[in-house]
Amino acid sequence: MKKRAVAVALLAVASVALTACATSVPTGDTAAAACAPSKGKVDLTFTTWIPGMEDTVAVWNKANPDIQVKVQTGPNGNGGTYQNFFNQLKAGNAPDLGQIEYDALPNFRVQDGLTDLAACDGVLDAKSDFVDWTWGQVNFGEDKSVYAIPQDAGPMAMFYRADLFTANNIAIPTTWDEFATAAEKVRATGGYITNFSQSDINQFAGFVWQAGGKWFKNDGDKWTVDLTDPTTTKVAAYWQDLIDRDLVSTNPPWTDEWNNAYNSGSNWTWNSAAWGANSIASGAPDTTGKWAVAQSPQWNAGDKASGNWGGSSTAVFKGSKHPYEAAKFALWLNTSDESLTMLNKSANLYPAAKSGLELPALKAGVPFYGDQAIYDEFAIASAQVSPDFVWGPTMTQTYNDVSDGFKAAVSGKGTLAEALKVGQANTIAAMTAQSIPVNK
Amino acid sequence: MSTMIPAPAQPRRGIRPAQSKSPQVPRAQRESPFARGGALIVMGVFTLYFLVPIWWLLVAASKNRAQFNTTNPLWFADFSLFENIGNLVAYRDGVYLKWMLNSALYAGGGAFIGTLIAGMCGYALAKYRFPGRELIFNVVLGGVLVPATALALPLFLIFSQISLTNTFWSVFLPSLVSPFGVYLARIYASASVPDELIEAARLDGAGEVRTFFTVSVRMMVPALVTVFLFQFVAIWNNFFLPLIMLRDETLFPVTLGLYAWNSQVNQIPVLRDYVLIGALLSIIPLIIIFLLLQRFWRNGLSAGSVK
Repeated sequence: MKKRAVAVALLAVASVALTACATSVPTGDTAAAACAPSKGKVDLTFTTWIPGMEDTVAVWNKANPDIQVKVQTGPNGNGGTYQNFFNQLKAGNAPDLGQIEYDALPNFRVQDGLTDLAACDGVLDAKSDFVDWTWGQVNFGEDKSVYAIPQDAGPMAMFYRADLFTANNIAIPTTWDEFATAAEKVRATGGYITNFSQSDINQFAGFVWQAGGKWFKNDGDKWTVDLTDPTTTKVAAYWQDLIDRDLVSTNPPWTDEWNNAYNSGSNWTWNSAAWGANSIASGAPDTTGKWAVAQSPQWNAGDKASGNWGGSSTAVFKGSKHPYEAAKFALWLNTSDESLTMLNKSANLYPAAKSGLELPALKAGVPFYGDQAIYDEFAIASAQVSPDFVWGPTMTQTYNDVSDGFKAAVSGKGTLAEALKVGQANTIAAMTAQSIPVNK
Repeated sequence: MSTMIPAPAQPRRGIRPAQSKSPQVPRAQRESPFARGGALIVMGVFTLYFLVPIWWLLVAASKNRAQFNTTNPLWFADFSLFENIGNLVAYRDGVYLKWMLNSALYAGGGAFIGTLIAGMCGYALAKYRFPGRELIFNVVLGGVLVPATALALPLFLIFSQISLTNTFWSVFLPSLVSPFGVYLARIYASASVPDELIEAARLDGAGEVRTFFTVSVRMMVPALVTVFLFQFVAIWNNFFLPLIMLRDETLFPVTLGLYAWNSQVNQIPVLRDYVLIGALLSIIPLIIIFLLLQRFWRNGLSAGSVK
């Protein structure tokens, strides 16, 4: 609750700050600014909330005496760091580099807070180093622009209790239809097949992403918001049905109840991202060795699609005097094996770089999952994520509004579809209030 | 103040009922047993309400991670509190201890200097006559009404102009200001420091500053301790200002540090344990300072209201 109150307070402050500055429209391709190296020794600041980033940066600093990076930190993005970035951009003392999740990047783009790195040495060429869809997240579909370097990704797959499925003779579902049938069988044994998260709207977004839905579009001139397109409505109806028939539990995520449901064996699967591997291992320690990972259930048998949940990028802020050096550091941070191995170890980051998927650390079997090499599944999933999903410029507000509706829906007031309708209306209203051009 | 309360009636001979330990309340005004019982129940409920979370925190902090989810949340399992504390303190080269030290510096230093300033200011407003005195006092009173949170963003923009953000001073300097302290000090000084005494000190040749520090401060101690406690608690719990001002982890107070950790538990589940233990340890200094100073606190708290 407290977290929520803080978020609301931050939002209030944000709206004050936003009304003060007129927002510029992102226009198609703008000519990338020149990006020349600076003379002499350069000091950069880098704000991130990834624990252990200092150690990785120390490796860079040792090898690059002329480009010294200083790490600054804070709570995670929506916990206050994004608002701090906006305040700093306004005050003119933003750091050179900052960590920004994919779903928040459009917000910074709309507020004109990002430096286009396309002209910087090696940035456009780096496109082929990254998993395709992650590049789409940082260039917003503009071929000649790059607004951030992808860092990590959250391709989704299905964690499941291999032992329980086998013991009860239930086949591992490969389609969502099979998943619903399996849910009935699991319920008959007294358990739940999974938990529907009432407040992780980005998990739901991952389901929609997998199904091929698109919540936002930007034609270079105006935004289109579509939280109620037929695909989203189909996904919402699917989960609504499972909730109505009491086939999924609805514990709030990241709580003791949630951990307990998995630890006690009452919940059997979790459709989650690569970084979730550790969450479940720590939340359900009594189930070590009994889990496995399979590809997400598909909407049509034989399809190969995955969703994505989370992931972030390294951006260079407007006002940085050393974009050339900053870009060079950001590329090293997110493509070098040394850095990616360290970040994976300290913070479970799942790399967005193609080469990162081949790291020895991501090839080994994981004891919690019966020594399965689970990251091979996530590598397959990552390649199947659609590059066309676009985030809106007011995601904090969208998440909050839809989350309110979802919470009501799981307790029987309203439906998921109605919550999305409200989210749709409020998102358009919020964008209008910030003078962001939007189709109504 | 106790001087306002009528002297207790002479106790009558014979055995007195246990509840008459407060002889200053006349017998006729004493509540009925029902009212008394009701009040006790209400107080009991509230005591539970306030203490259960702390109890939960203590119990949770004493468990290892495996037992945390699986055992009774309100009773102990294997006692590994000290092991947990050891892990917390060792995590990332003891950054938690650094945060505690920072909090102690911000809160201790800020409350001490803030109290001094508020005391001097309130004393001056109470004891010196000069044009604009009431205006200044009213402005200060207005300051009491403005929540500190509302000032954080403007302060950030101002500090940005003078390049003081992300420094010790960006949190320390705003902590020195306490409009409520000035208000309390003024009320208390005008009631408890007699003009005659100041006059006498002047006749004896003491300067104004010396009079303040040697005579008046001593009489204002209860109010000053109250202001100190208020300020200490407010700065210790302050969260929004450091959140906006600070980027450098080594400058964080413990509140911000724990919040930052808590926002990362999705990815680094072990942080959850550290947040719990850290939260438990972070309230200990507040408890200690309350126990040490509560005598003055109680006296001081009622000071403004009676006089």
